[in-house]
Amino acid sequence: MSWFKRVKEGITTKSKEKKYIPDGLWNKCPKCKAITQSKDLAENKYVCPSCNYHHKISSEDYFQILFDEQKYKELYAEIVSGDPLNFFDTKSYKDRLIETQTKTGLKDALRVGVGKINGTKTIISCMDFGFIGGSMGSVVGEKIARSIDYARENQIPLIIISKSGGARMMEAAFSLMQMAKTSAKLALLNQEGIPYLSILTDPTTGGVTASFAMLGDFNIAEPDALIGFAGPRVIRETIGKDLPKGFQSSEFLQEHGFVDFIVSRTEMKDKIGSLLKMIACKKTSTKKTEKIDS
Amino acid sequence: MNYLDFEKPIEDLIEQLEKVKGTHAQGKVNMAETIEQLEKKIDELKKDVYGKLSNWQRVQLSRHPDRPYTMDYLQYIAPDFIELHGDRVVNDDKAIIGGFGTIDGQTFMIIGQQKGRNTKERQFRNFGMANPDGYRKALRLMKLAEKFGKPILTLIDTPGASPGLEAEERGQGEAIAKNLMEMAVLKVPIICIVIGEGASGGALGIGIGDRVMMMEYSWYSVISPENCSSILWRSWDYKEKAADALKLTPNDMLKNGLIDGIIEEPLGGAHYNPQEAAEILKREVKKIFKALKDVSSEKLIESRINKFSEMGVYKEEV
Ligand SMILES: [Zn+2]
Repeated sequence: MSWFKRVKEGITTKSKEKKYIPDGLWNKCPKCKAITQSKDLAENKYVCPSCNYHHKISSEDYFQILFDEQKYKELYAEIVSGDPLNFFDTKSYKDRLIETQTKTGLKDALRVGVGKINGTKTIISCMDFGFIGGSMGSVVGEKIARSIDYARENQIPLIIISKSGGARMMEAAFSLMQMAKTSAKLALLNQEGIPYLSILTDPTTGGVTASFAMLGDFNIAEPDALIGFAGPRVIRETIGKDLPKGFQSSEFLQEHGFVDFIVSRTEMKDKIGSLLKMIACKKTSTKKTEKIDS
Repeated sequence: MNYLDFEKPIEDLIEQLEKVKGTHAQGKVNMAETIEQLEKKIDELKKDVYGKLSNWQRVQLSRHPDRPYTMDYLQYIAPDFIELHGDRVVNDDKAIIGGFGTIDGQTFMIIGQQKGRNTKERQFRNFGMANPDGYRKALRLMKLAEKFGKPILTLIDTPGASPGLEAEERGQGEAIAKNLMEMAVLKVPIICIVIGEGASGGALGIGIGDRVMMMEYSWYSVISPENCSSILWRSWDYKEKAADALKLTPNDMLKNGLIDGIIEEPLGGAHYNPQEAAEILKREVKKIFKALKDVSSEKLIESRINKFSEMGVYKEEV
């Protein structure tokens, strides 16, 4: 985040803090160094107009981009992390959580919203990389599990947008078991024929890749995202040489058969909207559906 | 026998015992009493040494060079084991083995990570670190078990899934993820036992079971203490601290509700007596299978999914 300047400290509202890039500033593209006004960058869905670099954005940004009229209802916002292991590394996990919550205005590394995408009611679980590297702990696992149950109950498609460094180490084996938990729940969704779209963004690695992120009926990636199980540093150290250019990129994964298609964020809403229409849930729900317009 | 640093005092006594036994065998001097005393002393020392192990020492024991591996257990629990090779796509991964075998008259599909004993074997087995082909082979075999209505036993012993170019090219993440999802809904009973190292997704990839057990001197966590140290402390020197912080021992895992039980090992660990360790393991497997064999597949799957769904600690703010 060091590449943009804060104009005034401490006056941003809570919802603005959830945004990755504040308004009213100039941004320098980390890839091509082109300068773009924040307003223009936002209009272009935070994609660099010069080089197509996809800035790392927050769940709020994705909800704004994907949901019709930017309208959605947030679910399960009240779930926050415990500290089951009383974990302490260079600082206590408890302090780390409070610090990160204050700094980001987020409760944890994933938010859930339900709304419409080009008319199709959809539930989206979206990760926030700004919260301890988008790491998966109990909260991320529980929110995904509940999103899956919501999709099953309401017979609506599920989208999970991944952006994660992997496991939340401070929750150790609890974190590991979130892989089992989310995948087991997805097995039920799978059996019921409800569509699940996994959107892979930069970066998607570790335990997230080895669970829900790779289990989509459709695995869809943003361009040039880093997607892999082991991190590039670990692989480099293991094999003792530099990695080939483009290794573990979205394009590499598509080439090797693990991604259905790559879509620029500027076209994401329409392409996903079309796909959702084509595969509309086969069963019509008889159960109650919550009203989402408010 | 190999001895770890903290096992040295035991090694000394065992050497003494061997000498005395040698003298006794020559028949010139009757050393029966000395032998008995030494044996008692060894047992007491073992109880002392292994009774106050640090968590890091437990991790070291899980990697003991003489610790029994999957094939060692197979030799005792299912001597008729027929190994089945290959993922039917590209490869036969050597880090995961699998096949049908009979445990006291009951056919099981037995799948486990396999480590090597010497340098050559270790390389052949890729240190027990499977590639995607290994996880896909495991799933293929589990589906075969499901087809024939046979229960599944997995033996987990891995420092992690293989990190490498080929692993990524062939979809390590996808292979493990698929196993997690598919194992959740397999219609036959699944028993998983961590027999040594249970590191990360590489372990979990064959670890979704109706009963997940840990051997007394095994560990199970999201990362090894060394890698945890390197990431959180940015140095390799905090592995002891990391071993404590991760709560990776069977007792902690059971207390946290993340496993279903612990399987005892012979005094001092399975490496002192692999056959006895295998007997104990077999007894546990039979006991667990007895409790699962008459449960309907619907009920099995439901309980299995519910069990994993309940894992996690969080608060709901009002
Ligand atoms: Zn650019």
